[in-house]
Amino acid sequence: MSTLELMADSFLKILLPGIRMTIPLTIIAFSIALVIALLVAMIQYAHVKVLSEICRFYIWVVRGTPLLVQLYVVFFGLPDLGIIIDPFPAAVIVFSINEGAYCAETIRGAMEAVPKGQMEAGYCVGLNYWQIMFKVVLPQAFRSAFPALSNSLISMTKDTSLAANITVVEMMMATNRIIARVYRPLPLYIEVGIIYLIISTALTALQRAGEKRLRRYEEAEVKIHAGV
Amino acid sequence: MLECKGITKSFGALEVLKGVDISVHKGDVVTILGPSGSGKTTLIRCMNFLERADAGTITFDGVTYDFASIGKKEIAMLRKKTAFVFQEFNLFLNMTAIQNVMVGLTTARKVPKEEAAKRARAALERVGLGDRADFYPGQLSGGQKQRVAIARAIATDPEIIFFDEPTSALDPELTGDVLAVMRSLAADGMTMLVVTHEMSFARQVSSHCIFMEGGVIVEEGTPEQIFEHPVSQRTATFLKL
Ligand SMILES: Nc1ncnc2c1ncn2[C@@H]1O[C@H](COP(=O)(O)OP(=O)(O)OP(=O)(O)O)[C@@H](O)[C@H]1O
Ligand SMILES: [Mg+2]
Repeated sequence: MSTLELMADSFLKILLPGIRMTIPLTIIAFSIALVIALLVAMIQYAHVKVLSEICRFYIWVVRGTPLLVQLYVVFFGLPDLGIIIDPFPAAVIVFSINEGAYCAETIRGAMEAVPKGQMEAGYCVGLNYWQIMFKVVLPQAFRSAFPALSNSLISMTKDTSLAANITVVEMMMATNRIIARVYRPLPLYIEVGIIYLIISTALTALQRAGEKRLRRYEEAEVKIHAGV
Repeated sequence: MLECKGITKSFGALEVLKGVDISVHKGDVVTILGPSGSGKTTLIRCMNFLERADAGTITFDGVTYDFASIGKKEIAMLRKKTAFVFQEFNLFLNMTAIQNVMVGLTTARKVPKEEAAKRARAALERVGLGDRADFYPGQLSGGQKQRVAIARAIATDPEIIFFDEPTSALDPELTGDVLAVMRSLAADGMTMLVVTHEMSFARQVSSHCIFMEGGVIVEEGTPEQIFEHPVSQRTATFLKL
């Protein structure tokens, strides 16, 4: 089989696991990660006693250990304790927890960058803490955290290839299986790389569009200052 | 209407307020003058609980609270009867002008949306910015931002508005519009407590002037007394500058 024929023949065999596993894994894990991150960031922002210590510990552990080790601990390690989790849910758990820690730091940083006067003005117009949080601080923090969060999403999409190590049949695993059969690693690894590249490019385009939407009012400001 | 007694406040070892008494009657425009660092900002921030005073009492509409022991609920209740205009405007950056004015009505006071919009529009008209309702703070000049902040303050019908140097962050040519709005509020009988360096405003508009230095009130009285016949040498020196 010629190289091109091989690549054409394998295309769907790699893409389908991507659609069945890589994309759902990314979407589900990243959504859960955002919820975790939001909770952790809000706890830390408010300096809630004990809980914020726990959050600090969580972030310290997750950021200080390799993702691959975390996957192994959950998938190969926990069965020792009688906790057996299927590959896909195990991957969802690990990626959510891992990404949650990084996104928590991003969101907390963005919340802390909201000027203190916004909070004070909120109190002065009669809002309570939660109202200020949801109407003022978080919308502004989300706006400034959006580019970094999008980057995290794109990195995570690529990192899901590590799930192959715990037997999730995502694109990397699918590619490896074909290679084991035909023994033509170079074109097939390049092919899976190209598919990742297409997905990343699509996400980057979405990110651009999102950033543009969020920046609408700042652009208007620039126009006014330029006297247009 | 509003009376504070014996306010003290320290930041660490620095004693910023050393026992300040201040009272504001309904319809008064009280201005606070004084050199930089004398504690003016700290004083009005304490009066609206943005800083926690170490000691002293506040009497609002006949009810007295102790700064040291007042609870969150009472603070929230008192804040709903007051408004605060900041030197740096502090408009909500993610909201348009009208949303800035409305949020205190809809979210904080549960005023129905349509009525809130009507009142917010009226408040914006009042400060001459009816045509800027849908602009974001980033699209407004400093003077316009401060007028939106004043609209936000008056929209909730507060019993008193605190102003902390409302024109100090503005280019000189933009202070006029803001001062004009404040004059017109004063003429309408709005109760205001104003920290300012605008001497002519203090002189012409206030019903009562307070001169502060080093965390104490050095002298107070009518603008004529303070500006024409100050008793204290310090007041005289400051006003001559
Ligand atoms: N949060 C704070 N922490 C520590 N010190 C503070 C704080 N806020 C104010 N101070 C100090 O308290 C003193 C009084 O400050 P304040 O802002 O009340 O003065 P002011 O009269 O408003 O001055 P200005 O005219 O410059 O605005 C200053 O020495 C200032 O450095
Ligand atoms: Mg000040």
